[in-house]
Amino acid sequence: MMSLEFLVASGIGVVTATGIYLILRGRTWPVVLGLSLLGYAVNVFIFAMGRLWQDAAPILSADGRVADPLPQALVLTAIVIGFATTGFVIELALRSRHETGTDYVDGQAADKTPETRDRA
Amino acid sequence: MTTGFLSAFFSAHLPVLPVLLPLFTAVVLLLMGDGLAGGSQQAKPSKQRLLSMASVVLGAVFAWRLMTDADAGALTVYPLGGWQAPFGIVLVVDRLSSMMLALTWTIAVPVLWYATAHWDLRGRHFHALFHFQLMGLSGAFITGDLFNLFVFFEILLIASYVLLVHGQGPERFKAGLHYVVLNLAASALFLIGLAIIYGLTGTLNMADLALRVAKLNAEEAVLLKIGAMILLVVFGLKAAIVPLYMWLPGAYSVASAPIAALFAIMTKVGVYSIIRVHVGIFGEGAGHAALVVEPWLLPVALVTTVLAVLGALAAGSLARLVAYLTIASVGVILASVGLFTSAALSAALYYMVHSTLVVAALFLLVELIASQRGDAKDKLLPAIAVAQPITLGLMTLLAAASVAGLPPLPGFLGKLMILQSASSSSAQIWVWSVVLGASFLTLIGLARAGSTLFWNVLPEPPSPAASTAPSSAGFSSRTLASTLALLALGLLLAVGASPMKRYTDAAAVQLADTASYAKAVLGPLGGTAAETTRPYRGGDGEVILPNLKAGAGSGSGAQP
Repeated sequence: MMSLEFLVASGIGVVTATGIYLILRGRTWPVVLGLSLLGYAVNVFIFAMGRLWQDAAPILSADGRVADPLPQALVLTAIVIGFATTGFVIELALRSRHETGTDYVDGQAADKTPETRDRA
Repeated sequence: MTTGFLSAFFSAHLPVLPVLLPLFTAVVLLLMGDGLAGGSQQAKPSKQRLLSMASVVLGAVFAWRLMTDADAGALTVYPLGGWQAPFGIVLVVDRLSSMMLALTWTIAVPVLWYATAHWDLRGRHFHALFHFQLMGLSGAFITGDLFNLFVFFEILLIASYVLLVHGQGPERFKAGLHYVVLNLAASALFLIGLAIIYGLTGTLNMADLALRVAKLNAEEAVLLKIGAMILLVVFGLKAAIVPLYMWLPGAYSVASAPIAALFAIMTKVGVYSIIRVHVGIFGEGAGHAALVVEPWLLPVALVTTVLAVLGALAAGSLARLVAYLTIASVGVILASVGLFTSAALSAALYYMVHSTLVVAALFLLVELIASQRGDAKDKLLPAIAVAQPITLGLMTLLAAASVAGLPPLPGFLGKLMILQSASSSSAQIWVWSVVLGASFLTLIGLARAGSTLFWNVLPEPPSPAASTAPSSAGFSSRTLASTLALLALGLLLAVGASPMKRYTDAAAVQLADTASYAKAVLGPLGGTAAETTRPYRGGDGEVILPNLKAGAGSGSGAQP
């Protein structure tokens, strides 16, 4: 009744929606999480664009069903790049917190996180 | 014998060298270290500077050589790893991409020279990151594959993330965080757009795509159009068009001067990608998805121009003003691209080359002026007089007049060509009034800035000791000479307008000729010969191996 396609599609939808919600938050850590979630959703989406396959090898063979191998290669590339950029943005967010004294992305609400509290 | 081998090697592998050279240079520079470890600011990394400069000059020679070849009509296709397109990734050097390549490297030489005056000591690994940035830019311009374009986007972006905060400070980190988060979100969108297009056509090779998008039926074309529009959003963020330009003034005005100057080419990566994808792939021959962005691009570009010029009028500092002028120039270029005629595209390319050079020169000039105004820096407030009012004033005047589009400077020629190419269009009144009105308002904004900077002079401050110390920081004969070189290059386009126009005309014609592009890229295996069962949907119980002959779906296995 519940097809694989429906499960994957709604899963991508939920993760994307969560990611977008988190990206719109005001502080850097939720934004970083949101970007990661969006990245996961996008990776599964690319995967799904090669159509969904069961019991199929991702390589050409003389007999039997084969899955499209290219989206899998694309996803692998996207995962590596996403991993690197996530690492970078975490480091940048920490450094930005250190330099500006606040973890709000627009530098507002600085008075709510006084540096004096952190030093104590 | 060795020279024969070398020349054969270079002519065979020249297209990939603008990507490999900065890669290896950056790696060597990283291994050498930057001499700044342990906070020893005094050590001058002269070896690294020499290597970096030598590499960037060599890269410029390669890029110009490629452009000369392309000018002679060569459409060079370089299959990476020897894999034939559309099954492997290819680099394609045509007139448009080699022009962008030459422009990038031509800007990089004076900008790097400028940076060696003092900026490369203000943070770690400046030279290595600069070369990574050049690698990403070169790759993005010459790749013939849409996913490879994404990869090179990421390379140039991740280098630019670090370069933007070069020199550090809270302002840079704040703007840097916005820039990084926006671009990461855009990268996710880019992948979604790519995946949709791949899912419908089964290819990511640009030449192959141009052939395949035309074959989709009306139902599939709806999804394809969505993919194309998503890509417009992604490239629009890079190019900074309405409503995706908000990040640019903040980011570019806080970036250090040489970085902002190099970033002048970054918005043009977005413009280039829009031309490559929405003119080259989703052009007139794209069947149901033909000219999908046509109703959007021109209005959006015109609104961008108007808002950017208003922003320039309201700018409180010279750096912000120049950043808004960058956006305005992108608006004018894209308005011309949005007319979707060959003549308009040629005019847009001419104006793009000129505006990139002049905006880059202006970003360097901002720091030269700011360095002589004491604490006021580049704020448009009365301050002490600059030390060289005539030199800097004349440079500002020339650059400003060209940006605003006054004859006989190349900015005037570019805008004239754009106006001429719009004269037969139904949108003529909009293009003319926006371009001319924007030019007039640009002139007012720059005149206001110039008169504040050079004429509205306060007497010397009461404590001269405090102001003399920082005033020499950004100014030296080297920074002045490199800024002059960049400015002169931009203005020389007026002298070289005729060959330049011939080149951009030919580039626009070449871009419209998708058939010979596809023939050159795909070779004997491509086009109709590559009618495999792409997009690969398979089917239950069916043997679904790709077949080299069209319509052979009944399944007899592979026929290699």
